[in-house]
Amino acid sequence: MKKVIKGGKVVDPSRGICGIMDVYICNGIVKAVDKNIEVEDAEIINAYGKIVTPGLIDMHVHLREPGFEAKEDIESGSRAAAAGGYTSVACMPNTNPVIDNKTVVRFIKDRAREVHKVNIYAIGAITKGLKGEELAEMADMRAAGAVAFSDDGKPVMNSGLMRRALEYAAMFDVPIISHSEDTNLSADGVINEGRVSAVLGLKGIPAAAEEVMVARDVILSEMTGSRLHIAHVSTKRSVEIIRRAKERGVKVTAEAAPHHFTLTEDSVMSFDTNTKVNPPLRSAEDVEAVKQGLKDGTIDAIATDHAPHTYEDKDTEYDNAAFGISGIETAVPLVITYLINTGVLTLSQAVEKLTINPAKILGINKGSLKPGSDADITIIDLDAKTVVDVNKFESRGKNSPFNRWKLKGSPFMTIVGGRVVWQKEGC
Amino acid sequence: MLKTKNLLGLRELEKDDINLILDTAESFKEILKRDIKKVPTLRGKPIVNLFFEPSTRTRTSFELAGKYLSADVVNFSKSASSVAKGETLKDTAITIQSMGVELVVIRHPMPGAPHYLAQNLAIPVINAGDGAHEHPTQALLDIFTIREKKGRIKGLKVAIIGDILHSRVARSNIWGLTKLGAEVVVAGPSTLLPPKIETLGVKAYTDIEKAVKDADVVNVLRIQLERQKKGLFPSLREYAMYFGINSRRLNQAKPDVLIMHPGPMNRGIEISSEVAESPNSTINEQVTNGVAVRMAVLYLLSGGGKIDEKGY
Repeated sequence: MKKVIKGGKVVDPSRGICGIMDVYICNGIVKAVDKNIEVEDAEIINAYGKIVTPGLIDMHVHLREPGFEAKEDIESGSRAAAAGGYTSVACMPNTNPVIDNKTVVRFIKDRAREVHKVNIYAIGAITKGLKGEELAEMADMRAAGAVAFSDDGKPVMNSGLMRRALEYAAMFDVPIISHSEDTNLSADGVINEGRVSAVLGLKGIPAAAEEVMVARDVILSEMTGSRLHIAHVSTKRSVEIIRRAKERGVKVTAEAAPHHFTLTEDSVMSFDTNTKVNPPLRSAEDVEAVKQGLKDGTIDAIATDHAPHTYEDKDTEYDNAAFGISGIETAVPLVITYLINTGVLTLSQAVEKLTINPAKILGINKGSLKPGSDADITIIDLDAKTVVDVNKFESRGKNSPFNRWKLKGSPFMTIVGGRVVWQKEGC
Repeated sequence: MLKTKNLLGLRELEKDDINLILDTAESFKEILKRDIKKVPTLRGKPIVNLFFEPSTRTRTSFELAGKYLSADVVNFSKSASSVAKGETLKDTAITIQSMGVELVVIRHPMPGAPHYLAQNLAIPVINAGDGAHEHPTQALLDIFTIREKKGRIKGLKVAIIGDILHSRVARSNIWGLTKLGAEVVVAGPSTLLPPKIETLGVKAYTDIEKAVKDADVVNVLRIQLERQKKGLFPSLREYAMYFGINSRRLNQAKPDVLIMHPGPMNRGIEISSEVAESPNSTINEQVTNGVAVRMAVLYLLSGGGKIDEKGY
């Protein structure tokens, strides 16, 4: 069970490594990362011309199981993650039943074990049934393995309850992940409030719907001293609020989704329901600010908010369509094309936001190639020409606004615990 | 011949197409004055009015327009919510197309529904109002009426007053009028003006008198009573006092200002009866012109070209 990944450019920001090296894996564990490793009887994986990184971690996905298996299940979601270059994902609790007790956390872990593809971490609900009324059994869920708590998809509108959630979660040193949305401001909006909503007459969600909740949760985090993570940051002022909070030493981290640094509200002009996502696609100014936030470190992680839906969920009037983008299989080429190749992020910075940073936020022992680590490794081809084809997605969700886009770069091979779980066709 | 296959909105409609529709409507208006209001132009043409929102005027107007042209018009009414529970909009429309219908007129509470239909159907689709997005035939009849009364559109100042935020009539009028060279201003309480409305090429005011100053046309929009319950303005009384169109405010406009309203009116709220019934009011004529404009649209989208004096 020995493997050597030879000749690739190893990029491991957890240890400040960036150079041509070999990676020696034995029994699912990284044994060494060094120049010209020769091991007898080892299987050789040729990575010349490629980059070799710690396995990518997507800290925000919707696997839809249990309850919504027509959209995705743990099996298809795991295949999609592997095909996207991800070795670990953290799944949100808006399933049916909701992940709001230890039984459902265990179910997720059992299914992940059965599927045996990528590592799956459960994010538990903050409130029972995601209703925003009573705290869910966080201690029990934590004991069963939940890595964070979130009512993602719905905000905790009750500020008093959010305060208690932050205080309670702090006992286990896990973050509360805030889906920041003031539902009185977003009301029944479906796209960004701005020029496009003025033209199309679709109901707008103002940037402020996100920003007032980011501000509120930052203040509550500051007050309680608890860890807060802001999901899918999409507006300029949100970035600014988080930047200032970090300067003050508030324990806040943040993520951005690929669609929020690549697409603007203009994409909605065609009424393509695949552009319907929450938070909505924002203005060009917001997109710039999100990129700036990624660049200066205000935004720690890139997470896809992978939200698969059925064809029927999206093949309808814009107002009736479901929110969400099936994003886990397009993230790597989008990061390469829009962040790395444009100079927004260096290769190391980008890999950091896809590996060690989300690992630290979730408190999981992943995201590094230091000897002794689990051999979760992603090999990426920066030069590949990618044409997005939703029909080739492993995910059941074909709902992508990037279909037929021509992008640069692609995952090449995904290795979990020393096992090759996916490799690019024709390789 | 029109360049467009569908009439989805005036934003995407070219100026030449707008003018062709207006010119054609002029010929058809003559038919409405005849004793026997029927020409055989669209004989044997099945048309369906697919209405997902209650509407009397627009539906009747389309129905009569079709019948005056000898088309076979069928009305199909359904509430959008019942569709959500059962058959989808797409399936409903494809079913109707499969029955041999050759043109669909759709009214729907959701923006983009006609565009969605047009993508899925081979036959032409006419938008008879989609949520707060567009209502192209209403704007065309408004523009037709202005052109008939003023002899031109270019250089006129048109003030649109009221609930701009939720108004498909306002949006379609803005696109059509600005394409033909009019200056368009909009006005209403700040809560009923969409953010960034200026990017559509109009000036926005909250002071009604400033908006109507020197206007050639004042188009007053219906205020929907349920907006008040949603907290968009405090009371109908206050709305009428500060934003309603009455003869005192109209003194700011040109003496020969045209008064328009897409109906149905809330007298004493957005418009005073005195103004609605003044000689400058074209409100009833708008309704007549609506039939002529819809005849033109049905005819042209069915593949018709310029028409002779008999109307076919």
